[in-house]
Amino acid sequence: MPSPLSPPLPPGGISQVPDIHGRFGRFGGRYVPETLSAALDQLQAAYDEARSDPSFQAELDQLLAAFVGRPTPLLFAKRLTEYAGGAQIWFKREDLSHTGAHKINNTLGQGLLAMRMGKKRIIAETGAGQHGVATATACARFGLDCVVYMGSEDVRRQEPNVRSMRMMGAEVRPVESGSRTLRDAINEAMRDWMGSVETTHYIIGSVVGPHPFPRIVRDFQSVIGKETLVFCKKELGRDPDCVVACVGGGSNAAGMFYPLVEHKGIRLVGVEAGGRSAKPGDHAASLSYGNAGILHGSLSYVLQDPDGQTADVHSVSAGLDYPGVGPEHAWWHDTKRVEYTSVTDAEALDAFDLVARREGILPALETSHALAWTVKEAARRPKEEVIVVCMSGRGDKDAAEIARLRSLENGGAHA
Amino acid sequence: MTSHHDPMSQAAKPLAATFAALAKDGRKALAPFVTAGDPDLDTTLAVLEALDRAGAAVCELGVPYSDPIADGPVIQASYTRALAAGFTLEKFFEMVRKATGRVKMPILAMVSYSIIYRRGIDRFVDDAAAAGLAGLVVPDLPLEESDVLDATCKGASLALVRLVTPTTPPERAAEIARRSTGFLYCVSVAGVTGARTDLPEGLVERVTWLRTKTDVPVLVGFGVSTPEQVKLLSGVADGAIVGSALVRRVGELAAEGPEGVAKGVENWLADLVKAAT
Repeated sequence: MPSPLSPPLPPGGISQVPDIHGRFGRFGGRYVPETLSAALDQLQAAYDEARSDPSFQAELDQLLAAFVGRPTPLLFAKRLTEYAGGAQIWFKREDLSHTGAHKINNTLGQGLLAMRMGKKRIIAETGAGQHGVATATACARFGLDCVVYMGSEDVRRQEPNVRSMRMMGAEVRPVESGSRTLRDAINEAMRDWMGSVETTHYIIGSVVGPHPFPRIVRDFQSVIGKETLVFCKKELGRDPDCVVACVGGGSNAAGMFYPLVEHKGIRLVGVEAGGRSAKPGDHAASLSYGNAGILHGSLSYVLQDPDGQTADVHSVSAGLDYPGVGPEHAWWHDTKRVEYTSVTDAEALDAFDLVARREGILPALETSHALAWTVKEAARRPKEEVIVVCMSGRGDKDAAEIARLRSLENGGAHA
Repeated sequence: MTSHHDPMSQAAKPLAATFAALAKDGRKALAPFVTAGDPDLDTTLAVLEALDRAGAAVCELGVPYSDPIADGPVIQASYTRALAAGFTLEKFFEMVRKATGRVKMPILAMVSYSIIYRRGIDRFVDDAAAAGLAGLVVPDLPLEESDVLDATCKGASLALVRLVTPTTPPERAAEIARRSTGFLYCVSVAGVTGARTDLPEGLVERVTWLRTKTDVPVLVGFGVSTPEQVKLLSGVADGAIVGSALVRRVGELAAEGPEGVAKGVENWLADLVKAAT
């Protein structure tokens, strides 16, 4: 079958999205109950106003520097590069951010927006718990009330993050409906928002959801890609050849890729969760195996059955265990600007071990997916090439779950 | 595919005629909502017949969806039960075809746009019309995204019922009211369902104002569960929508089988219908 034609690009180029309706090509939009329409209009107006106010960006920049510790460095992964035996592997160290992942870039930005809108209560969903922790952190810093919805299965898998959120004064509400994972946590957060929208801001944690969320989250995360470009120019004197990031909802990838999409020489690769196998229900790779559909307020690639019911998904990584993906990734997929691929649970776990032992870094299981692909690819590329991986988060939260999986593998002797 | 071009399938029952007949009798509409396939489609069929016998003016039939962000916990739980029991769209349209052949009240589908989009807008609307549905209520499709479905529904003579909520600004509410066909669904309280003994503040003024902005009847839903509430609403609006209370009742009676559920629902709804004057 011939591949379908790429959609036409907007006049200013591939980065000139979304349009005023929140469209990335045919993707995105706003498919929400009428109760939320006014709040989304208000959010869009507040965001446009904040962007044109230099004091907003100045306050955010100051927080990103002194509170988060930005800019985060790029690290040459010397022993991992030697192991792969090919292209140079560099890590963009988002794991060194305060709270241990990129999620804080977005929660501080949206927290400031919430205060501009006069909203004193924050709700959020979380999968791996990193966004929940980052939201609880921003709320503690700003003095806002915080409720985090988290699937009960994820509460179990990511216990250290649950404890951190509670210590910072957030209320964690376990969600028992559906698959008890990220998707159900988003449903519950949306339902809360339906009844609380006049006083509450919903800090969504990824580049998903109704317009204007995919754009706002992308913009706040774009600091990752901007810093990467500056660093490469300064230290290497050129752009990287290839940039890799893991993709669940896709926020670290969107923040990394967006500033690079107009740099046509840079190969961009998003790595999805291939789970146990390519069979439906065994993975969470929406771009690799899904269809165009609507989930959580926007049109993108989703994993659904033919009736439009959301499919069950699986990933060893709670942060990638999601049946959809941000609409801008769907746009980059269809325009072929970004390549999307997947690696399995087993490959991600092996990459976790490899990076722990050869680099002295415990990467998040989400990040381990990007690392697994990178090690395979670096082996095939010449030594002059530079591959940058977005080290989106640290893996301390995953240590207990990995130990549990390893003991199951070894016959459950220590289970 | 079953009877996509079934010559026996009924044309959509005209909602306008239903409301005109009510007005002639000096009555208001009692519009129940029930989840299709909870606990199974045989029960739903029996319940639809019972609601019709009890005097329901129109019925909204909820199409179960795995991720219903627009619905509260009671309806969400009913969707989960229906999907677990093997609900599919093919079986749904088959049951609706039987129902519309047996009842006089018009039936509308309350359905997520996720489901319509996946099936294909043309195909979904064709199937809905062929099954005899009178219209669609699509709670997660705002005005801005609705042009294609709107045109397709008009082409098939299906109503596209729109929703106005307390957070909708007046100018937008007027536009929604103007574009709603069949009737206008006025959600009285943002996000909350549950028993109330009085009308929410400002509702009387809002409904009165909305009725000046549209030619179609204005129906109000706000967690109606008693005849007293129906009575209160009937003084203001063209009718009342009964949602969660009925779904909960079906759930409680489920063990008694289709006929048991139907009987329990019929007696309960008849009291509400009597109050709708």
